[in-house]
Amino acid sequence: MTKDAKTGQHLEGLASDPADLPGSPSGSGHAAVDIEWPLFEVFLRSKRGLNHVHVGSLHAADAQMALYHARDLYTRRNEGVSIWVVRATDIAASSPEEKDPFFESSSDKIYRHPTFYEIPTNVPHM
Amino acid sequence: MIAMGFDNVYESIGEDNDDRHWAFGTGFSETLSGVEQSLPIGIDVNDLAAYCLMLGDDALVMSHRLQEWVARAPELEEETALANIALDLLGQARLLLTRAGVVAGSGMTEDTYAFFRDENEFLNVRLAELTDADFGALMARLFVFSSWRLAILKRLRASKDQVVAAVASKGAKEITYHRDYAAQWVVRLADGTDESRSRIVAGLCALSPFISELFTASAVEQRMLYAGVAADLADVRTEVVGVLLEVFSEVELEPQVLGAGYCALSARGGLGGELDSIRSQMMGEHGSGSGREGILMGAIALAEMGEHGSGSGREGIHTKAMVELLGDLQSLARSYPGATW
Repeated sequence: MTKDAKTGQHLEGLASDPADLPGSPSGSGHAAVDIEWPLFEVFLRSKRGLNHVHVGSLHAADAQMALYHARDLYTRRNEGVSIWVVRATDIAASSPEEKDPFFESSSDKIYRHPTFYEIPTNVPHM
Repeated sequence: MIAMGFDNVYESIGEDNDDRHWAFGTGFSETLSGVEQSLPIGIDVNDLAAYCLMLGDDALVMSHRLQEWVARAPELEEETALANIALDLLGQARLLLTRAGVVAGSGMTEDTYAFFRDENEFLNVRLAELTDADFGALMARLFVFSSWRLAILKRLRASKDQVVAAVASKGAKEITYHRDYAAQWVVRLADGTDESRSRIVAGLCALSPFISELFTASAVEQRMLYAGVAADLADVRTEVVGVLLEVFSEVELEPQVLGAGYCALSARGGLGGELDSIRSQMMGEHGSGSGREGILMGAIALAEMGEHGSGSGREGIHTKAMVELLGDLQSLARSYPGATW
C-alpha cells in the first residue's frame, strides 16, 4: 500500500517509472527506486508455543524495519515472546507437483509414531 | 541467539491457567492492579492533581496528533505503528487524568477532563500540540517528545505517589519503544536522500521555539519535586541532550539545529558571519560549555528568545493549533453530552 506522505492520497496506478507518480518531483534526476518495499514473512513464538509459527507477512525496507513492523502488526494482543522475520524470496518451498514423491512414502509407516509405549499424561504436544 | 528462556519447556506451556486454550494473547494484566491508591501523606492535593494533569495532558494531546495520521500515513505498516504509539499514550493519559480527579476529590473523571475543559485549562507542553508538516516532521517531533518523556518517566518510577510510579513504570517500557521507532526513522531519513534529510532538518527546526519549555519547571513542578513526587527537569535535560546528540552524531546533524534562528539563517543560505555569531552565542550561554553538548545546551537556553518564547503550556498558554485540536477532540462529546456506544 503506497500513499503520498504529504497529501495522504493513494497513489493510483503504480507506474513503472517513479517520476510518473503524482507528487514525485519531476525531472529531479533521481535514479529509479523500488516503490514497493520487499515482502517479509513473520514467525512468532507465542508464550505457550514451543516453536515459531508463521503468522503472516509484511512490507519493510530491511530486516530491522521488518522486526519493528512485525512487533506492531502481529504482537498487538500480547501474543509473542520472540519474532523471526525472513525475506519471502529467501524461502525455498516444495512445490505441489512434488507432493507424492515427497510425502506419499511415509503414509503407511505407522511404526514411526511412538504408539507402542505409554506416554505420561503430563507430557503435552506429542 | 534465540534462547528458549525456560529451563524446562514444559513449564512454559503447562502453567496452571484458565486461558491455556488460547495459543496466542494470554497473560494480560492491569497496570494498577495491586497498587496502593491512597494519597501520599503530607502532599498538597491540588499540586499533585495538577501534576497528574500535566503528565496526562502531554500524553492525551500527543496521542491525538498521532491518531490524526491514521488513514494518511505513507505505509500501512507505519500507520499501525503510529496507532499503537497513540494507544500507549492514550492509556497513560487515561490513568493520569483519572488519578487527577481522584486526588482532587473534584468528581472529575478522565472524560470530563478530556472533553469539558477549555484550552487554557490544559497543562500540556506546547510541543505536544504542534501540527506536523509531513511524516519526517512527525518523526522529528516524536523523537524529541519520546526522549523527553522517557527521561521523565524513568525518574517517576521512584515517585512518592504510588499511582504515578506505577504508570511511569509501565509507560517507560512503552516509550522506550516509541523512542527507538522514531530514532530509527530520524536516522533513515537524515541518511537517505537530500530531500528526506531536508524534511528531518525542517522538522527539528520547527521545534526550536518549544524546546526550552520542556526543561523549565513550573511552580507546581518545583513544589512536587521538593515533595518527592516529580522528576527533576535539570537531570532530564542532561539525559535528553545526551540522547539527541548520540542520534545527531550518527547522521552528522549539527546540534544547533534545535536553536532559535539557526534554521532560518541556514535556509537563507548561511550568511556566514551571523551563523558563526549564533554558534558562539550558543556556546557562551552554557557558561563553560564547549563542544557539541555545550552548543545544544546553549541552543535550548537561547530558544526562549524565539517568537513563541513567552508563556508556557504548563500555565495554560497554547498555540493556535491547540484550539483546532480541541475542536476536533471535544466536538462529539460536547454535541451529545452523555453519549455512549
